[in-house]
Amino acid sequence: MARKAATTRRETLKATAIGAFALAIAPRLALADAASVDAEIKKLYGDKKPAEGKIKLDVPQIAENGLVVPINVEVESAMSAADHVKTVHVFADGNPLPGIASFTFTPESGKAAASTRMRLAQTQNIICLAEMSDGKLYSAKAQVKVTIGGCGG
Amino acid sequence: MHAPATAGPLLSHHNKDARPIPSRERESMISRRDFLQAGAAASALLGAGGYGSLGRLAAQQKLSEAELLSFASTGNVTLIHVTDLHSQFMPLYFREPSINLGVGEVKGLVPHVTGNAFLDHYKIAAGSPLAYALTSEDFAALARNYGRMGGFDRIARVIKAIRAERGENRCLLLDGGDTWTNSWTSLQTKAQDVVEAMNLLRPDAMTGHWEFTLGAERVKEITEKLAFPFLAQNMRDTEFEDKVFEPMKMFEKGGVKVAVIGQAYPYTAIANPRWMFPTWAFGLREEEMQKQVNDARAAGAGLVVLLSHNGFDIDRKMASRVSGIDVILTAHTHDALPEVVQVGKTLLVATGSHGKFVSRLDLDVREGAVKGFKYRLIPIFSDAITPDAEMAALVKKHRAPYEAELGKVLAKTDGLLYRRGNFQGSLDDVFTDAMLEVRDAEIALSPGVRWGASLLPGQNITFEDITNASAMTYANCYRTTMKGEQLKAILEDIGDNIFNPDPYYQGGGDMVRVGGMGFTIDPGAASGSRVSSLTHLKTGKPIEAAREYRVAGWASINQNTEGPPIWDVVSQYLTAKKTISPRPLDAVKVVGP
Repeated sequence: MARKAATTRRETLKATAIGAFALAIAPRLALADAASVDAEIKKLYGDKKPAEGKIKLDVPQIAENGLVVPINVEVESAMSAADHVKTVHVFADGNPLPGIASFTFTPESGKAAASTRMRLAQTQNIICLAEMSDGKLYSAKAQVKVTIGGCGG
Repeated sequence: MHAPATAGPLLSHHNKDARPIPSRERESMISRRDFLQAGAAASALLGAGGYGSLGRLAAQQKLSEAELLSFASTGNVTLIHVTDLHSQFMPLYFREPSINLGVGEVKGLVPHVTGNAFLDHYKIAAGSPLAYALTSEDFAALARNYGRMGGFDRIARVIKAIRAERGENRCLLLDGGDTWTNSWTSLQTKAQDVVEAMNLLRPDAMTGHWEFTLGAERVKEITEKLAFPFLAQNMRDTEFEDKVFEPMKMFEKGGVKVAVIGQAYPYTAIANPRWMFPTWAFGLREEEMQKQVNDARAAGAGLVVLLSHNGFDIDRKMASRVSGIDVILTAHTHDALPEVVQVGKTLLVATGSHGKFVSRLDLDVREGAVKGFKYRLIPIFSDAITPDAEMAALVKKHRAPYEAELGKVLAKTDGLLYRRGNFQGSLDDVFTDAMLEVRDAEIALSPGVRWGASLLPGQNITFEDITNASAMTYANCYRTTMKGEQLKAILEDIGDNIFNPDPYYQGGGDMVRVGGMGFTIDPGAASGSRVSSLTHLKTGKPIEAAREYRVAGWASINQNTEGPPIWDVVSQYLTAKKTISPRPLDAVKVVGP
């Protein structure tokens, strides 16, 4: 964990019930898609293309509860004045809004790591973007399945 | 219907002419040969006349206890594995699936090979005892010849015999979970009966899944008193991420330090009611698994065993991604395989379910590595194996207060009743028909659990038979309305739990059982587009997305689900019906390459 990662919860997402057999399935909301995540990234960084690597993105394969899905992010970095992680953004491509959280770091953070919980409306990809002090971008992606559940056996 | 799965080149010794055989595979071949001789002898006895034509007496002459226990022991450590007993004290019939599809990379690989393809794959003679034990081919006729399988008293006998032969100091008995629940007596005693019976077997460790449906409090109450550890490296408290159970236990056996790591069913909180254990989180936790293995090695483990409830496909993937595990004792998916499956240096054991088998794996461990092994999936033919008197007495004591209730005859069946298989079984039809009728519903939903024994044609259906397929702590039969689009969404969601091409995204179980509605499924299609042609069977009309249907179902994971317990619904239906005549199972159409 970061000693002090400043967390900015960008948006509080609208509640979405995860139905089981006897429960209603959530009404269809206008949901984000891969393009809206790309658009968010473009707003922040223009046409700069992120590279793969450096980011360890830890999310469950299948969410136990779509309302509170744990996420751990860690970015490999010396965290020195010359070479550190400035910002880590987390996006979701299937929620009503693509932004989940942004974390800012300084060399004093010691480690570029953060944990939080997010609400996911449906099965979707979590996209993580890290901006380094030299301006380079890195990204990572993982799918989280949100399921009705039941019937295991 | 789908094309029969073909045997893939999974077991490397099937390609033995293609390349030199490392020593461990040679060991495996020897055990295989022993095994085949037994099978050949059995088929010779049965004669060319075909399946079981000599009848039960001849079959039993072949099935001697000495042969079932014979094992040319090897090495210095013996692992004994039991799993998915589902608290079945008594011997039973259990038909293995005729359809058990694999998708993606595992298509056509064991355990996704069934029926005659399975017999061909393992060179097992049709009509032989093993053909009966391991496949659905000619099941009813062979069941009459070879009798019921399993039973705690027979299992106890086999385990005692192995320990006596090998010595306690070389043996580890490991229980893969799904042990404490799903019989009427375990439901009534909150698993006290099974816990006491298992204590008599003296396991060295266990892990779990359905155990958690007893509720967190009861599970803690039981585990705190166990003489052996309940292991789960992948369980955490939801508040502070504290471990709920010990992840690993180190044993000293045959001069070897043996690390046993437990892995509870990773999707328990999704597949079963989370409200029953609200502060427990699960998950695969692959990275922590690697760390556990590394820690075990650093602590001097010469052998690392994963006692897993992941399910076979997840374990196969995990074996390819986590290094340093010597043996994975698999569970959950109820697969019974007569040989180990090798993934890199890891041996995967699949012991089946319902007490039909006990696995014995002898390992030669030297200098921190497995140098050789021998394996046998021991079939528990209840007519051939002598009951252990001590266990028989304990089982009798626990059943005594319930005997009258359990033995009550509700109806009789004309045909074979079974559940196991990816799609609706004939026993499921009984459940869904009962819900449609008793609960006056248009559509009925029944969970695709893989447990529930089979009944032979002509057999009486007792209350025990129904509870063996339904006893659980959240069995209320609800009645509600659902729109057509919701029904479609449910089928798609559960379809993806079984047929997602990535095993790590599979939730386990079989497809939900449906009454009153037919559908077509393409397991290989993309998520959300597998299910089509939903039809209301009574009218023959397509299911309308916006129309509401009266739906009955049971095993809802929602708290405070209202309705009578499902066994009351089914009992009422059977009592009125008197005779069950299974009809063709043609409501689900499976398509695709």
